[in-house]
Amino acid sequence: MQPIISVNNVSKKFKEVEAVSNVSFDVKAGEIFAFLGPNGAGKSTTIKMLTTLLRPTEGALFLSGHDVIKEQDAARKVFGIVFQDPSLDDELTAYENLELHAVLYGVDKKIMRRRIEELMTLVELWDRRNSRVKTFSGGMKRRLEIARGLLHHPKILFLDEPTLGLDAQTRKLLWAYIQKLNANEGMTIFFTTHYLAEAEAIADRIAIIDNGKIVASGTTEELKQQTQTNNLEEAYLELTGKTVRDEIVDAADSRKDMIRRVIANRR
Amino acid sequence: MDIIYILWLRQMKRYRRSGLRMVLSVVQPLVYFLTLGFGFNSLFQQAGRGSYIQFVVPGVVAQTILFTSIFWGVNIMWDKQFGFLKETLVAPVSRLKVMLGGSLGGATIAVLQGIVLFIIALLFGFHPYSWSMLLLTLAVMAILSMTMVSFSSGIGAVVNDMQGFMAITNFLVVPLFFLSSALFPLDNIPPVMKAIAYANPLTYAVDAMRGSLINQNHFSLPVDFAVMSGTLILLFYFSIHRFKRIQA
Ligand SMILES: Nc1ncnc2c1ncn2[C@@H]1O[C@H](COP(=O)(O)OP(=O)(O)O)[C@@H](O)[C@H]1O
Ligand SMILES: [Mg+2]
Repeated sequence: MQPIISVNNVSKKFKEVEAVSNVSFDVKAGEIFAFLGPNGAGKSTTIKMLTTLLRPTEGALFLSGHDVIKEQDAARKVFGIVFQDPSLDDELTAYENLELHAVLYGVDKKIMRRRIEELMTLVELWDRRNSRVKTFSGGMKRRLEIARGLLHHPKILFLDEPTLGLDAQTRKLLWAYIQKLNANEGMTIFFTTHYLAEAEAIADRIAIIDNGKIVASGTTEELKQQTQTNNLEEAYLELTGKTVRDEIVDAADSRKDMIRRVIANRR
Repeated sequence: MDIIYILWLRQMKRYRRSGLRMVLSVVQPLVYFLTLGFGFNSLFQQAGRGSYIQFVVPGVVAQTILFTSIFWGVNIMWDKQFGFLKETLVAPVSRLKVMLGGSLGGATIAVLQGIVLFIIALLFGFHPYSWSMLLLTLAVMAILSMTMVSFSSGIGAVVNDMQGFMAITNFLVVPLFFLSSALFPLDNIPPVMKAIAYANPLTYAVDAMRGSLINQNHFSLPVDFAVMSGTLILLFYFSIHRFKRIQA
């Protein structure tokens, strides 16, 4: 069967930095796919290219068979996304933000009302539905963004560090909801996270990216075998740690270096 | 239709909730009107050209609309900065609708401000020569605001920092306004200025405004409307093109 997400030899250069270099991978329809890597590895850049926000310098990307660069409109119909960075309208109320999203995605009016209530209740914001978003705390905004991302049910859902900064209870609730969507509607889930236990528990398959390159991919089992480790976190550190030593000499980006050293020290 | 409407509605809500900004947007043109209208009135009359208030009201209405519209792109900058732009950019809707929704919102606000100023002018003794011609005035307001709002959105799409945006729009708006016929009649001015004014699309909007409000035309209404529509199409095309190329 044709993969629902296909990334072929994709690179993205920003002036000096090559954020993503010659990356290729596929995701099968209905899979839950985790995309892991240290800060600055190129995860968000890859997601932005997949979701038509950035043009790759080289390579091709396909969503459900549509070329993301040449058939942007068709590609946009297949996915939904929760961005890493904020993307709400602060001057609108929580409800208005979701309503706007529902209209943009052509969600049927009746389904819309029911689903908005269901999702806002899930993220415990229903009582605050008529408050302007600018009065919300960071965590509340994050929850609202996730609720908005789940509002229309796309074939593919991208989640870029969706649960960052949320408490353990909320994270658990949200992942359970997302797993339900995956099981009931066959929705393909593509997510990034720094909580490796989350990835280990939920993902069918994992790809690890470091310094713009895919360093490993496979099921948790495969990654553990490949690295001779006992859990995903160890495997991850083994993989991303190794490249530190390889690249430390010619690394151009000192910030990235620093982050890697911190990770390496943690081992 | 739903999409254009909800994006238009978003701008209306944002405007209504903006508080002080909303008040100031009405007060500022009022100040221009009072200083220009009364300040220059006696001079104008001494020169034997009749009431300057009658002459300048169409110009100040055009100015109000111009100034509100040309800074509209600030909203695109904010949407970029606060991230909301991404939400509309990934949505499965045509860029045309996204542009139209937002721009119609901006144009509505600009026209409303033009109307408010017009009403204030009425209170100060301005009298249009024909009430039925006001429909044409409204059309001029709509075309002018839509033109400038979409042009400004196009600039907002290209530029990535607020300072840059303000520099560009200020650089554009001042000559655009002062080198049109908004403040002075086009006859009896030096040929160079006349040439510049003729090349300035705003001149034709002001002329149409004057034609419909006080029945004074330098050109003629058909010419004015032809130039205005042409400018609208051209600048809208520029902007939609820029808008399609935004990367976030
Ligand atoms: N718009 C941009 N301009 C310049 N460099 C960028 C831009 N976006 C990302 N980068 C750089 O690209 C690299 C990858 O960033 P990103 O994809 O955000 O990483 P991740 O999401 O894995 O943390 C980083 O070095 C980052 O600084
Ligand atoms: Mg990221």
